[in-house]
Amino acid sequence: MLTFTIRRLLISIPTLLFISLVIFLLLNLAPNDPMAQVPLTVPPEVKEKMREALGLGQPLYIQFAKWLMQFFWIEPQVLVDHYFGTTFSEGDLRVISWQTRSPVMDIVIQRIPQTLWVVGMSYVVGILIALPIGIYSAYRHYSVFDQAGTFITMIGYSIPPFFTGPLVIVIFAVQLGWLPSTYDTLHQVIDWDSFVVQLQQMVLPVMVLALQTTAQISRYMRASMLDNLNQDYVRTARAKGLSEWTVVMVHVLRNSMIPVVTVIALGLPAIFGGAIITEQIFKVNGIGQQLIGAIYANDLPTVQTLTFIFAFLIVFFNLIADILYGLLDPRIRYD
Amino acid sequence: MKIKSLMMGAVAACAFAPASFAERGSDGNVSIIYWQAPSILNPYLSGGTKDIESSSLVIEPLGRFDQTGAMVAYLAEEIPTVANGGVSEDLTSITWTLKSGLVWSDGSAVTAADVKFTAEYCMHPEGGCAQLAKFDGVTSVDVVDDLTVKVSFNQPKPNPYGPFVGGQTPIIQKAQFENCMGAAAPNCTDENFGPIGTGPFVVTEFRPNDVIQMEANDNYRDASKPAFATLTFKGGGDAMAAGRAVMETGEFDYAWNLQLAPDVIAKMKEGGKGTPISGFGALVERLEMNMTDPSPDLDADTRATRKAPHPFLSDINVRKALSMAIDRPLLVEIGYGPAGRPTCDLVPAPAIYATGNTDCLTQDIAGANALLDEAGWARGGDGIRAKDGVRLSILYQTSTNAVRQDFQALIKEWWGQIGVETELRNLNASVFFGGDPGSPDTFQKFYADVEMYANVFDGTDPQAYLAAYRCGNEPKPESQWQGENINRFCDPEYDKMIDEMARTSDINRRGELGRMMQSMLTNQSYTIVPLVDRGRISAHANSLGGVVLNTFDSELWNVADWYRID
Repeated sequence: MLTFTIRRLLISIPTLLFISLVIFLLLNLAPNDPMAQVPLTVPPEVKEKMREALGLGQPLYIQFAKWLMQFFWIEPQVLVDHYFGTTFSEGDLRVISWQTRSPVMDIVIQRIPQTLWVVGMSYVVGILIALPIGIYSAYRHYSVFDQAGTFITMIGYSIPPFFTGPLVIVIFAVQLGWLPSTYDTLHQVIDWDSFVVQLQQMVLPVMVLALQTTAQISRYMRASMLDNLNQDYVRTARAKGLSEWTVVMVHVLRNSMIPVVTVIALGLPAIFGGAIITEQIFKVNGIGQQLIGAIYANDLPTVQTLTFIFAFLIVFFNLIADILYGLLDPRIRYD
Repeated sequence: MKIKSLMMGAVAACAFAPASFAERGSDGNVSIIYWQAPSILNPYLSGGTKDIESSSLVIEPLGRFDQTGAMVAYLAEEIPTVANGGVSEDLTSITWTLKSGLVWSDGSAVTAADVKFTAEYCMHPEGGCAQLAKFDGVTSVDVVDDLTVKVSFNQPKPNPYGPFVGGQTPIIQKAQFENCMGAAAPNCTDENFGPIGTGPFVVTEFRPNDVIQMEANDNYRDASKPAFATLTFKGGGDAMAAGRAVMETGEFDYAWNLQLAPDVIAKMKEGGKGTPISGFGALVERLEMNMTDPSPDLDADTRATRKAPHPFLSDINVRKALSMAIDRPLLVEIGYGPAGRPTCDLVPAPAIYATGNTDCLTQDIAGANALLDEAGWARGGDGIRAKDGVRLSILYQTSTNAVRQDFQALIKEWWGQIGVETELRNLNASVFFGGDPGSPDTFQKFYADVEMYANVFDGTDPQAYLAAYRCGNEPKPESQWQGENINRFCDPEYDKMIDEMARTSDINRRGELGRMMQSMLTNQSYTIVPLVDRGRISAHANSLGGVVLNTFDSELWNVADWYRID
């Protein structure tokens, strides 16, 4: 198991380097111009000077080497400096966003908490709703509950958040006036009242996102339970005279959880990736919104850094899922 | 009382009796939403409107344009002119005098050295300053005394109000930005995110591309302003959500630039919490005719350059017929409603430059057909006109945008009626307006026959805007496809007028030249076919008073005068 983990970790290093190169080339070879959003009133010569100031005139391999150096060497130093008060990174040029002319990682750090709160919460809520629905739907296969559950999850699957988002805003913010339509990113939780306000502003985005998660995970849960409910060991357990609760919730559920846990683990990097559309609709200042804004503005250093972070998380959680698989299911051994 | 008369009264009161209202900070918080989020509060490092307007709350220029386009002194004692001796007789220098007793928000005095420094900061060769064009022709900026600064130009400048006028070129503090010159500019994150200014507000927190929190400037020059103690500037989302947040849910007090269909805005207004306001500037949505051949069969050095004239658009009758077939009032009704006016002018404002020409406003399909028949473009079997084997088949491109695609569909239909075949194409705005010389899809490269977009000029002087159409200023391979003469228009007579305008200071002669020049581009040659004079629609909460929409400068130009209506 340990050798497996180490081997996988070592393989992931060239994988990640290759991914970063591919991202870099894709971004640079695609037609784009960071000056596209500058108004037409700014003459082209001035735009050309602005591009030079951003370092765009340099050859591609120098730009890539610079990014690698900044991301893998200088940024960790900044982190060390931040925690230990050292001064390794002083004077070094960090990965600078073209839009804000400030370090990309500072903005990422500033935005991660909102993303984890909103998207992470929706994931937790989604799982908490999905698991019981999945279990009961499978147990009462083809019942009214199962049919209704299937119907609702299909809706959740098929309706995208750019529809549900404005829909819940129109219902709950405009018509009923119960909840805010925009997320106040300056709000600080200091006491009970402000906590309630925080909950209120999180309700709508969490609701929209949780619908998606619920739909996905409850379908997996249901399918996996159905596979197991007809197994011989279930009949044996019932024949032994175990209570129905013990049979379903202990024997069947534990076995059914194996694929579901993998699905949940593989979905985790998506939390860090934020929810591009939902964050944009509710103006949550998360990572997803940062990414889409950077793409619109052709802010390549930001797009490159963020996509690489996502790539890293996906590789990392794939590894975690593989290891978890081995732990949960003794039949699977990698050695 | 009707809201409108209440507003008018409030505006008038604001203009004539500024001190009669509440004291500073008595009206609590005001919240503004821009659907494009500010990335930086330094307009010299970003040309973006969102950045210029948000920073205008904090840093101010010497003079601004008001809602009529007239100049008003801000940090300057008065606007220098030849009459008051501020501008030299030979038009080669302008001398500005600062108001006495001005202080920065940190309490230190504003001096002429700060003004000189601002010019040096932007004119630094490695800085990549977005407003460099404003300092065009400036040879030196000299401090005369603590409050007086003299800007000298390399040649007579009939319009010497480029530097330090308007939201694009505010004065920044020397003490703060001294170490941020040139290549060091990007390292100055704190400075760029929180400039020290003279404006009514100071930044307390800046979150890039998200939100800015501000509070009233204790050292603001008018002791009774601003009425608001704090200001929240939220960015992001889309125009629809911003309009909704002001007019339907009432979460925000002011929403900027609501580019929405007229019926959508009318529906939002029924929400009853806010009012849309509109104003007109010189932003014109137009069709640009390609005078050169964009055929893909040509080699890269010839395609869409002046070496190859366009096979049929070089015939003025074709261009004229294309313009005659368009029903501009209908386009306005569908796309812009009260925020648009049909126009035949390239420069519809200020009034002195506008020709007021109206002969394009009535659609004339029959006339267009007759004109083409007369010019020898005969209809073929498929209904498409042709002459000498050249078919009137047009590739018509624009950026991706709901209103523009509606326009494309309508115009295609009208052109079909006069026997012109049209293929439509739309491109992502960041590609279309990006100047990537490697991309075949930029508006500069113009690998199409006709393209549509909108353009405008800063402030009120169209000299540079009209000078763009000089021979040789067209995008071409030798200039890496950079250049502003998008149509590849070339007329020596026109170039002479550009030169004359650059020498002329008499405003009436300038107006005359401006009218003649834009006529040459529009109704005399149909090189540019103006469609819509696009206004600006913003919205404010019914409880927010003092708002005066300004299309010539930052929309937040008079935020110090805003107040809460109880």
